[in-house]
Amino acid sequence: MSLVELNRTGRRTAFRITRTPVSGVLRPRLLLCCVGLTVALFVVFCVGIATGDYPMNPLRVVPALWGSGDAGQVFIVRELRLPRALTAVLAGAAFAVSGAVFQTITRNPLASPDMIGINAGATTAVVAGIVIGGTGLGLPTLGLVGGLATAAVIYLLAWRRGATGYRIVLVGIAVSWMCSSATDYLLTRAQLAEAQTAIGWLVGNLNGRGWETVRPLAVAVAVLLPVTLVLGRWTRTLQLGDEVARGLGTPVQAARLCLVMVGVAFVAFATAGTGPILFVALAAPQIAQRLAGLPAPPVLASALTGALMVSASDLVARWLIPDVDLPVGVVTGALGAAFLLWLLVRTNRAGSGG
Amino acid sequence: MTTDQAPAVRRAQPRPGRAARFRPSRPAGLFLVATTVLIVLSLVSIAVGSRQIPLDQVMQALFDRATMRGSDPQVEAIVWGVRIPRTLLGLLVGMALGLSGALMQGLTRNPLADPGLLGVSAGAALGIVTAIAWFGIATLYGYIWFAFVGALVASIVVYLLGGLGRGGSTPVKVALAGVAITFLLNSVTSAIVLRDPEALDRYRFWAAGSLSGPGTDTVLRLLPFLAVGVVLALATAPALNSLALGDDVAAALGRRVGLVRLQGTLAVTLLAGAAVAVAGSIVFVGLVVPHVARLITGPNHRWLLPFTMILAPSLLLLADIVGRVIARPSEVGVGIISAFIGGPFFIALVRRRRLAEL
Repeated sequence: MSLVELNRTGRRTAFRITRTPVSGVLRPRLLLCCVGLTVALFVVFCVGIATGDYPMNPLRVVPALWGSGDAGQVFIVRELRLPRALTAVLAGAAFAVSGAVFQTITRNPLASPDMIGINAGATTAVVAGIVIGGTGLGLPTLGLVGGLATAAVIYLLAWRRGATGYRIVLVGIAVSWMCSSATDYLLTRAQLAEAQTAIGWLVGNLNGRGWETVRPLAVAVAVLLPVTLVLGRWTRTLQLGDEVARGLGTPVQAARLCLVMVGVAFVAFATAGTGPILFVALAAPQIAQRLAGLPAPPVLASALTGALMVSASDLVARWLIPDVDLPVGVVTGALGAAFLLWLLVRTNRAGSGG
Repeated sequence: MTTDQAPAVRRAQPRPGRAARFRPSRPAGLFLVATTVLIVLSLVSIAVGSRQIPLDQVMQALFDRATMRGSDPQVEAIVWGVRIPRTLLGLLVGMALGLSGALMQGLTRNPLADPGLLGVSAGAALGIVTAIAWFGIATLYGYIWFAFVGALVASIVVYLLGGLGRGGSTPVKVALAGVAITFLLNSVTSAIVLRDPEALDRYRFWAAGSLSGPGTDTVLRLLPFLAVGVVLALATAPALNSLALGDDVAAALGRRVGLVRLQGTLAVTLLAGAAVAVAGSIVFVGLVVPHVARLITGPNHRWLLPFTMILAPSLLLLADIVGRVIARPSEVGVGIISAFIGGPFFIALVRRRRLAEL
């Protein structure tokens, strides 16, 4: 008896590992897509570290990461540029996975955490911290607390003998509305300098991010990403609707609560690290879904796409327009939007377009 | 998309008590009530302001203009020059935003669709910023036309992009194309604004959203666009009911889906474009009010569209009145107050009612 059994039905190949009870469908296109994205991400990562006021040969970056090479270069790479590059990768991945989770459980491609109020809550908390002050907490902590609190409020308000995806979306709209209005109000009451600080944070940028930003983000992603992948078996049934999912044996409410918590934790940690880099959470899962040719956003490919989006945008912002210090959020919007539009237009199968 | 089967099944069996009162057989009476409330709110909006004027003087100024009898010129100037244009603007903008929001949600079959989804407000913002940064438009409201043109161009681009590709236009493609264009345009706007402080100043003034801006002339010049938009929007109601069953079923019922979508898009563009150009980006009203109306009327667009047309301006006027009174003599923006009146009310409604899903 072989270790891996392959079973071909129609155009699909299923595999089963006989020693451990693991089985699944082999998706060569998804695999190819993940490998391609990883390679692209690695290249962008190295080129991004090599680019700056002191340009380096990108090929020297990898040895310098391991501490071999000229001491000055090692210092620049490890202490100055690596934290920023890692923040970009981790935040991008976190936003993207969070978007994929929310889009899946609400079965709505527009339901990214930007749209249903979690980012808005984090933003309100941070702006209140800047304008009113006196909390003694750092801005990242405020963002984290604000995002988590908003999500808790949305979930509790949507709870009535169980929470449906639709009710979460509607309550999210209202909470998002109130939070962004509160932010507007605080901004009109702020001094000019405070308003500028707040707006600088609101766009989402990677300037001056050190290891203290990377560490919590890395821990969060390292813990939450495997959890999301394990929850994937529930995600796939939830896509079919609550009734079908229940019929297939999925504990619908528990699954939805777990997924909401994971999605919220992702977006809260990412927002705390970089500010709300809008559009990644919405676009990255949709782009990954279209690249892999699947009916729903794949988690891992979404994470890679998000990481690539933010890293590439950061590179473009620093490289193409060096004289203006554009926040990465601005470039992410332009690049991601252009790419998503191109994908939408060249979609050649009716099903994968929408 | 968001078509849960359970509520539909449950809706078929009317429960006794509170839920049964809001059956679709009752909307006509409720519509009358809503209209009365709107009329009362309009009158209150004319009577109340940051300067306290006794009611009889307000009435005198209102009616004396017709009979040409003398009244206090200052009071007359305030009533006719400030409060009436402002009330009118609130009515028109509210109607336009509410209708276009309901239409957008019907066309894309997505509860998260707002009037800005076709890129309307992002296009208007870019129009304003380019008018100031590149064409040097300095007059206070000269940029309104740039905003309108920007909104029109953006939504046409979104419509065309949504229809490209072999699958043709589908709700998801239109929604995604709209979001993408919105973010693309916003990025360009931010990039311009970051380099041009003057443009930033004007842009923020517009983006905050306000009803106290332009005078009667500008409002009247936008009126034809709004009127055409309203007619087009109301005429799509029966077709939207068919579209709610899915494109294939609508086509089988004899609807020309592409034509309906074109008509709806045109209506949204005219309505939301004009509203956003004059009053700034207060699109949230158009996102939430259709849901409130749907809770009252159910999914029938023949009632849903008129209800949003009445409820949205009511919310805007109420918020505007409260904003004028709450912090006299200064004012709080209409967007902020409407969020804090509308938000909790909306959440309460969402929790009470069985939801009529899109």
